[in-house]
Amino acid sequence: MASVEFSNVTKIFGNFNAVSDVSFSIGDGEFVCLLGPSGCGKTTSLRMIAGLETPTSGKLLIGGEDVTHYHPKDRQISMVFQDYALYPHMNLADNIAYPLKVRGKSVTERHGRAKEVADVLKIGHLLDRLPSQISGGQQQRTSLARALVYPSQVYLFDEPLSNLDAKLRLEARGFLNHLQRDMGMTAVYVTHDQAEAMALATRIAVMDQGKIVQYASPIEIYRRPATTFVANFVGNPPMNLVPVEAVQGDGQLRPSADGLVLGGLAMSSGIGTALGAGKTLTLGIRPEHLSIAEPGAANTIAGKLFANENMGPESLVTIERPDGSRVTARIFTDDHIALDQAVKLSFSSEHVHLFDGAGNRIPADGETPI
Amino acid sequence: MKLTLPAFIGRIAFSALAALIGAAFALPLLWFLFAPFNARAELGLAIPDPWTLSNFVTVFGNSFAVQALWNSLIQSVGGVILVGAAATLAAYALSRSSLPGKGAVTYILLLFSSVVSGSAAMVPIFLIVSAAGLIDTHLAVILTFAGGLLPTAMFILRDFIDSIPKSYEESAMVAGASPVQAFFDVALPVIRPGIVVVVVWGFVNIWGSFLIPFILLRSDDQMPASVAIYSFYSEAGTPIVTLLAAYSLIYSLPVIALYLFVSWKFGFRFFGGIKA
Ligand SMILES: Nc1ncnc2c1ncn2[C@@H]1O[C@H](COP(=O)(O)OP(=O)(O)OP(=O)(O)O)[C@@H](O)[C@H]1O
Ligand SMILES: [Mg+2]
Repeated sequence: MASVEFSNVTKIFGNFNAVSDVSFSIGDGEFVCLLGPSGCGKTTSLRMIAGLETPTSGKLLIGGEDVTHYHPKDRQISMVFQDYALYPHMNLADNIAYPLKVRGKSVTERHGRAKEVADVLKIGHLLDRLPSQISGGQQQRTSLARALVYPSQVYLFDEPLSNLDAKLRLEARGFLNHLQRDMGMTAVYVTHDQAEAMALATRIAVMDQGKIVQYASPIEIYRRPATTFVANFVGNPPMNLVPVEAVQGDGQLRPSADGLVLGGLAMSSGIGTALGAGKTLTLGIRPEHLSIAEPGAANTIAGKLFANENMGPESLVTIERPDGSRVTARIFTDDHIALDQAVKLSFSSEHVHLFDGAGNRIPADGETPI
Repeated sequence: MKLTLPAFIGRIAFSALAALIGAAFALPLLWFLFAPFNARAELGLAIPDPWTLSNFVTVFGNSFAVQALWNSLIQSVGGVILVGAAATLAAYALSRSSLPGKGAVTYILLLFSSVVSGSAAMVPIFLIVSAAGLIDTHLAVILTFAGGLLPTAMFILRDFIDSIPKSYEESAMVAGASPVQAFFDVALPVIRPGIVVVVVWGFVNIWGSFLIPFILLRSDDQMPASVAIYSFYSEAGTPIVTLLAAYSLIYSLPVIALYLFVSWKFGFRFFGGIKA
C-alpha cells in the first residue's frame, strides 16, 4: 500500500482542459472517491494514476516516488475497468491469474491463487467458463478478482458498479466496503453516484470541469458543502437552493424571499458582509431537515403542494413557490400524510446553509472556513 | 388466404423464370463436376458413362502440372504469411497509436494498391522486379502480391481492431504486462478472427491470379497452376477438355478446403467485447 499525490497536474486533450492544475494527496490506506458529473475529468485523473494517460504538466507521486513518466506495468497497481475488460479467449481462471502469469509465476501457483480469490468472491465454481458464459454480476466479480489476485500499491476503480442492476450494486458496494475495512487498501474510486461515494469513501474529491471543488470526508461534504455545486450534487434528493435578496429590516440587512420567514436565523458577520455587497445569496436546506410547520415555527417556507410521494419509511413532499421554483421535503412518518393545497415547511436555523453570490459557502460564526 | 387466378398464374410464371435462371447457373457447375470423371468429356454437358478417374491419372502423370500446383501453394502461402503478419502489425499500430494523419495514410495506400496489382502497373512492376534481379523467382510473385494486397488487408484489419476496446491491452499493461506481452497475450487472440478473414481473402486472391505470375515468371518449373492450365492444349491449339476439366477440379480444391476449414474452426464469427 502507498500514498498517491497529485502535484499541479494538468491534462489537455487538443485544446480541451480535461484536468486543470489539480493538487491533492491520498493517504496510505485511504479510500478516496472521485465524484462529479459526466465529463468532469474523473476517468482522466484515474488513468493518469494508472499511467494510461500522461499529464500535460505537473507531477504524480505514488509512495513518494515520482512516477509521472513510468509505464503502467512499473507502477504496481491494479485497476477495475468500467467494461471489465475480461479477455474473451481466456477462461475465468486464466483471466484472474493473468497478473501472476506476467510475473512469471508457475501454473500451479497461478491456479491455486485464482481459486482462492475466486472463492472469496463466490465465483470459484465458474473458473473454467469463458467470460461470455457468465452473468454481468459475475463478470464484475471476476474483474475484481483479477485486481485482487496480487498485492498492489494502489487499487483503481472506474465506475465498477455502473453496469450492475440496483440490487447487485448494493451488494457489491457492501462487499467493497468490507474489503476496504479488511485490507486497508489504498484505493481511488471513480463514480458519479453520490450514494456510492458517501458509502465507500474515507474522503471524497468532488470534481467539476476539471477542478476539485471540495476534498473532504463524506460527513464534512454533507454537512458543510463548500459550494452550491457540491450542495446540489450530494444528497438524495439534493439540497434545496433558494435565491434570497437583501432587504432592510430592524435597522440591518436581512435575507428575504417570497414565502420565506427567517425569524430564528442569527445574522453572522459573514452573512452581513455578503448581503452588504448587494448580491443575491443562495439559501440551502436539505430535504431531510424540512418538516411540516407547526403553528409558531420560527423559520418557514411556504408554497402550494406540487407532489406528495410515499417512499415507504418517508414521504417526499414537494411544494411550488410563487416564482415557480420547487422545494422538496423528506418527511419521516409511518402514514401517508394528507396535505392541503397550501403547505408551510419549517426548519431549524442550524440546518441553514448560505452561499454568497459566487456560490461559495458563507461560514456560520464559529465554523472554521473550509 | 385465397389467391386470385391472375396472381396464381403470376406466381407460377415467376417460379418458372427463377428455375430457368437457376438452371442456367447450375449447368456450368454440373459440367465442372461431371466432366473430370468422363473419359470422353466435351464442352457439352454429359453424365459420365462410365465414371472414371483416368483423366486424373493423366494429370498426375504430367510433372509440369503437378509442379505447378506445388508452385501455387508456395506463392500463395508465402504471400499470405507476409500479408497477414505485416498487415496485423501495421493495422495494430495504425489503430492504437495517436499518430497525426494516420487515417490519410491508410486511404492513400488503399488508393494506390488498386494500381499496384492492376494491369496498368505491369510495366513498372516488371522493370522494378527485373532491376532487383528477381525475375523468374517465387519471391518476385510473393513480394508483388504482398505490396498489392497489403493496403486493403491493413484497411480491413484496422477497422476490425478499431472496434475492439483498448481496455483489453490497458488492463493487461496495468496488470504488469509490457506492450509486447499485451499484444501477444491479449490483443492478438482477440484480433485473430480478423486475421483469418484477411488470410483467406489473400490466399484466394493469389491462388487465382494469372497475370502477375505470367509476366514475372519464365521457366516452367516456377509457374503456378493458374498459368499451367493453359498447357492443356493440343499442338493445334484446341483445348484438351478431359485434362482441363480434371485439373480445374484439383485446382479449386484447396480454396474450397480452406473455406471449410476456417468456417469449421472459426465459423467466421468474431469475439467482440463483452459488456453487460
Ligand atoms: N482521449 C481523449 N481525447 C480528447 N478528449 C478526451 C479524451 N479523453 C477524455 N476527453 C475529454 O475530457 C473530458 C473528461 O473526460 P473523462 O473521461 O475524464 O470524464 P469523466 O469525468 O470520467 O466522465 P464520465 O462520468 O462520463 O465517465 C471529457 O470532456 C472528454 O470528452
Ligand atoms: Mg469516466
